[in-house]
Amino acid sequence: MTRFCSFLALCLLIGGAAHAAGVEVTDDRGVTVTLAQTPQRIVSLLPSLTETVCELGQCERLVGVDRYSNYPAFVRTLPQTGGGIDPNIEAIVALKPDVVLMATSSRGVQRLESLGVKVLAMEPKSSADAQRVMGKLGQLLEVPDAQRIWRAIDASVSAVAQALPPGARKLRVYYEVSAGGYAAGTGSFIGEMMARLGVQNIVAPSLGPFPRVNPEYVVRANPDLIMIGSRNVQGLETRPGWRGIRALRERRLCVFTADESDVLVRPGPRMAEAARLMARCITEKGLK
Amino acid sequence: MSGARHSLWLGSALLIAAAAVLLLGAGVGSTGFDSVLHARHDPVAWQILWDIRLPRTLGAWVAGGLLGLAGAVAQGLFRNPLADPYLLGSASGAALGVALALALFGTTPFATQWAVRLGLTGAAFTGAVVGVVLTLALAKGVQHTLRLLLAGVIVGVVLGAARDLVTIASPDTLQAMQGFMLGSTGFVGWAACGVMAAMGLAALLVAASLGRVLDGLALGEATAISLGLPLVAVRAVLVAVLALATGAAVAQTGLIAFVGLASPHLVRSILKTTHSRLIVLSALMGGLLLMAADVLARWVIAPQELPVGVLTAVLGGSYLLWLMHRRRRPGGGL
Repeated sequence: MTRFCSFLALCLLIGGAAHAAGVEVTDDRGVTVTLAQTPQRIVSLLPSLTETVCELGQCERLVGVDRYSNYPAFVRTLPQTGGGIDPNIEAIVALKPDVVLMATSSRGVQRLESLGVKVLAMEPKSSADAQRVMGKLGQLLEVPDAQRIWRAIDASVSAVAQALPPGARKLRVYYEVSAGGYAAGTGSFIGEMMARLGVQNIVAPSLGPFPRVNPEYVVRANPDLIMIGSRNVQGLETRPGWRGIRALRERRLCVFTADESDVLVRPGPRMAEAARLMARCITEKGLK
Repeated sequence: MSGARHSLWLGSALLIAAAAVLLLGAGVGSTGFDSVLHARHDPVAWQILWDIRLPRTLGAWVAGGLLGLAGAVAQGLFRNPLADPYLLGSASGAALGVALALALFGTTPFATQWAVRLGLTGAAFTGAVVGVVLTLALAKGVQHTLRLLLAGVIVGVVLGAARDLVTIASPDTLQAMQGFMLGSTGFVGWAACGVMAAMGLAALLVAASLGRVLDGLALGEATAISLGLPLVAVRAVLVAVLALATGAAVAQTGLIAFVGLASPHLVRSILKTTHSRLIVLSALMGGLLLMAADVLARWVIAPQELPVGVLTAVLGGSYLLWLMHRRRRPGGGL
């Protein structure tokens, strides 16, 4: 009996120690954030991080978001605490968060930390980043099947890619991210998606993730299909020399709404939806 | 001596107004006066009041003071009413520093570690000082006012172009860069306040004690030299004051437009006085201007915030325009 008691005590001790150790997560800055227990009140200041928290089924732990977080619908009911770049420090502190999730490039990181707020700074830019972030957030929120959720998303993307007709492989695509000629390069999240779906990106890999390409470059590359957000489509056909581009001549142009653009440009858990959007564009416009 | 009395009056009025705005500033923010009322028994409300609102309001006052002081020194030093604190390349240097830090972040582990350690504040301050040093090197010292001015403009343009190059190479930093260019007092804590206050006090003492030389300089360089004033040494010291004061303010708050240019003009529109007093009064005026803008920035679209730099330009600019119109008569003007 006494042996059993001491064994029980030992178990409790170990269990207690394990519990006291809490959660430990290293963020993109290389800073290890330690919390006594998994956070219950979370402020997220980056849309892709907000979406990841919700995808992990922990949406109700969010108590505040930035003004650009708009998905899922639930987060629109939450208090907004400024933007990721200009966070409203006192509004964040007033929400008494256990942890704040934000981009590494935000100036608010240091300020919040000096006020004793725990900050996890992460800025996913590629699908590998998005997977890593989901793993880290799964660790933080103690959601054991984070990797399984990611594999399901990844499998849907593969399924969408396989369902595309073989003709898609020959398509040469130009994706303009923002007006002023910023293209989605092969290193960007969008570029990766194009590669997964098997279409060709007219932007050379050496140009980096979001190169500002010369309009001439696009004319010379003569893409079969152009993808662009509705905000930037104004005046596309009146750009000098662009009328001759095959995609515009044959009206193979996909204009994504603002909501669709959000899905496509955010490296987060809506990757499968992004794949479906892009695949729909490819089959409806690219292969017509 | 009535000039001294007038200055004293204006100085006290500016201080009292600043104290009033400071009190107002404690009550304005995302949660309004609730935080003040509950500060006694709610630790979070207390933290908001004591660790966020007070330091940022005071920080705005000190940063505005630094810019006002730097503006008065710059206008005296260059004998040019259009001179502002950003003239010697400090602003473009600071912006380039921030752009580089943002772009380097996340490229390699070494660069990330370095960027984290220096922080955006450190990068901005280093950039500002490098900008001024570059200007001095280009102008071959401080002997020639015109050469110094020209070198400052050139360094400003070249470093600005370099900043644009860096941002275009990594367009995902565009937004963060814009945040810095618009300026914000939202990230100022007690530590930043302390750093700026120490810098401000030192700069104020040095600049005010050298005001006599600026008075002499106002009569022309030849006259100043013939009066036996140690022009070169004083100029070097004042350029250092200008660079450090501007650098300290810009590093903590980003680029805030117009405070440095407008403050000395606003003081001069109220009274004519010596440079020593002008420098002190201009610092007080700049502080009041930025602090008022900061409180307004928090209040206008609360719980969201406006960029404070936009407000300083609107506030200071419209007041200055009004003054110019009112005083448009022979021999008048600013």
